[in-house]
Amino acid sequence: MISVEHLTKRYGAHTAVDGVTFACEPGTVTGFLGPNGAGKSTTMRMICGLTPPSGGSATVHGVPYRRLPNPGREIGVLLDASAQHPGRTGREVLGLAAQTMGVDRRRVGELLDLVGLNATAAKRRVRAYSLGMRQRLGIALAMLGDPRVLILDEPANGLDPEGIFWMRGVLRDFADRGGTVLLSSHLLREVEAVADRLVVIGGGRVVASGTKDELLAGSGVRVRGLEPEKLEWALTTAGVPVTRTADGALVAQADAETVGRVAAAAGAVLLELRPADDGGLEQLFLTLTAGRTVKEAVK
Amino acid sequence: MSVIAAPRVAGTSSRPGLGRLTAVELRKMTDTRAGFWLMVTIGLGYVALAVIMLFAADPADLTLRNLFQLMMIPSGVLLPVLGILAATSEWTQRTALTTFTLVPERSRVAVAKLLAAVALAVASVGVSLAVAAAGNVVGSALFDGDGSWSLGAILPFSLLAQVINIVMGVAFGMLLMNSALAIVVYFMLPTLWSVVGEMVKALQTPAQWLDLGVTMQPLLEGSMPGQAWAKLATASAVWVLVPLAAGWTRLLKREVS
Repeated sequence: MISVEHLTKRYGAHTAVDGVTFACEPGTVTGFLGPNGAGKSTTMRMICGLTPPSGGSATVHGVPYRRLPNPGREIGVLLDASAQHPGRTGREVLGLAAQTMGVDRRRVGELLDLVGLNATAAKRRVRAYSLGMRQRLGIALAMLGDPRVLILDEPANGLDPEGIFWMRGVLRDFADRGGTVLLSSHLLREVEAVADRLVVIGGGRVVASGTKDELLAGSGVRVRGLEPEKLEWALTTAGVPVTRTADGALVAQADAETVGRVAAAAGAVLLELRPADDGGLEQLFLTLTAGRTVKEAVK
Repeated sequence: MSVIAAPRVAGTSSRPGLGRLTAVELRKMTDTRAGFWLMVTIGLGYVALAVIMLFAADPADLTLRNLFQLMMIPSGVLLPVLGILAATSEWTQRTALTTFTLVPERSRVAVAKLLAAVALAVASVGVSLAVAAAGNVVGSALFDGDGSWSLGAILPFSLLAQVINIVMGVAFGMLLMNSALAIVVYFMLPTLWSVVGEMVKALQTPAQWLDLGVTMQPLLEGSMPGQAWAKLATASAVWVLVPLAAGWTRLLKREVS
């Protein structure tokens, strides 16, 4: 359980984070979305007590992070996979953390297995690691203390497609066992695939938050017909707003039943009719975070 | 095989004790190539000095005390570098992110680093004493050396000097938070002050109180006459306690990113 209330960070005249409020419940994966510079990392650092907030508060299980006696056993944190001493081996990085937290040394080997760093990789110094390997090491470090909460900043960065798929599974499994996950990303597809809830941030403010389904509900249905022009004409005539997509399908701002009835009445053959989730979040994300629209959205 | 244990329903684990944190800091000082080789260099330095002294020194000078005294030179130069790196590498290598995420009470990490530094100073004095003793045995057996085992006050005094040196290193590192900068300032600033203190007449008396090199000399020679303790305390306050206090404050306030 992570609770963030009116968290604010000002650097001189610049407000990096402006009254951010949200909560992450056990059993869910919360996607923290926003373009670069939106204030995601600053918010996460404030949650973890690394950056003192100018205002507001953040608690984990009802306790401010800095008051947790042994935070590594409660919360696994990965804020920057590159922030490791290049001269230490992967195994040593985990060994140091295990010693600090008082975790059984055997867990180091288990976690290395879990994240797919084999014995050879574990013996190599972090200097020789690719970004993807560093992310895997960072995820192992975060999960080492067997925490109930995970806070991960851009963990998919540098992972190959197989790695991203793997990480999704790990996070889903963690949440399904009652864990709480807060995961930031600017990779929309990544978050869309794994998150239950979304918090979208732009210019330091929360511009949208809710369950993924809620936020995507307004994005309409995707419909593809045998004769696209005929279908588009029928829908437009029936007063349903439609937009064309790049691949010849249409996105209609109506529910599936309405679209289906209009098509049937017009005798248009449908090849595809489903919620326009594919790219819907992208649309939302772009709308909510692009330039002027942000100001409109937060008014 | 799944190794993710089910998240616990409740329960908080106790905070790591200072002993454990100190052990972690000692491990951090030695588990990188830089730290490891710095220590090996210090150890080899002791052996090299002992060998040189056996061949070069007058047999009458081959005593435990003289051998040990000579070894305080590499310790005095290199131990503070270990102290500096212990504090600065957290920032230069950005490991502070992990360190302070696992131990949010930063002052406890600072205390652990100081304790680890002191432990390292004690260990190095122990090793140099052992090497000096071996040199003394070889000296009296093969080089017709004097072989005297008398140490006098030099052992506790040298230990104190090394502790002051390495703590000063940690303090400079904590304050400057950058390895290269801290090492340069650590060696340049006191030297600069010594030179200025020599050259400017008006500064000669204050320099006797405020120059750590000058005030530490009697300590390394094993006798502290007259005002020596007061002078050492004054210089140490200026060169160790002031940067330590400033560094401590900076450490507690700095944003970790």
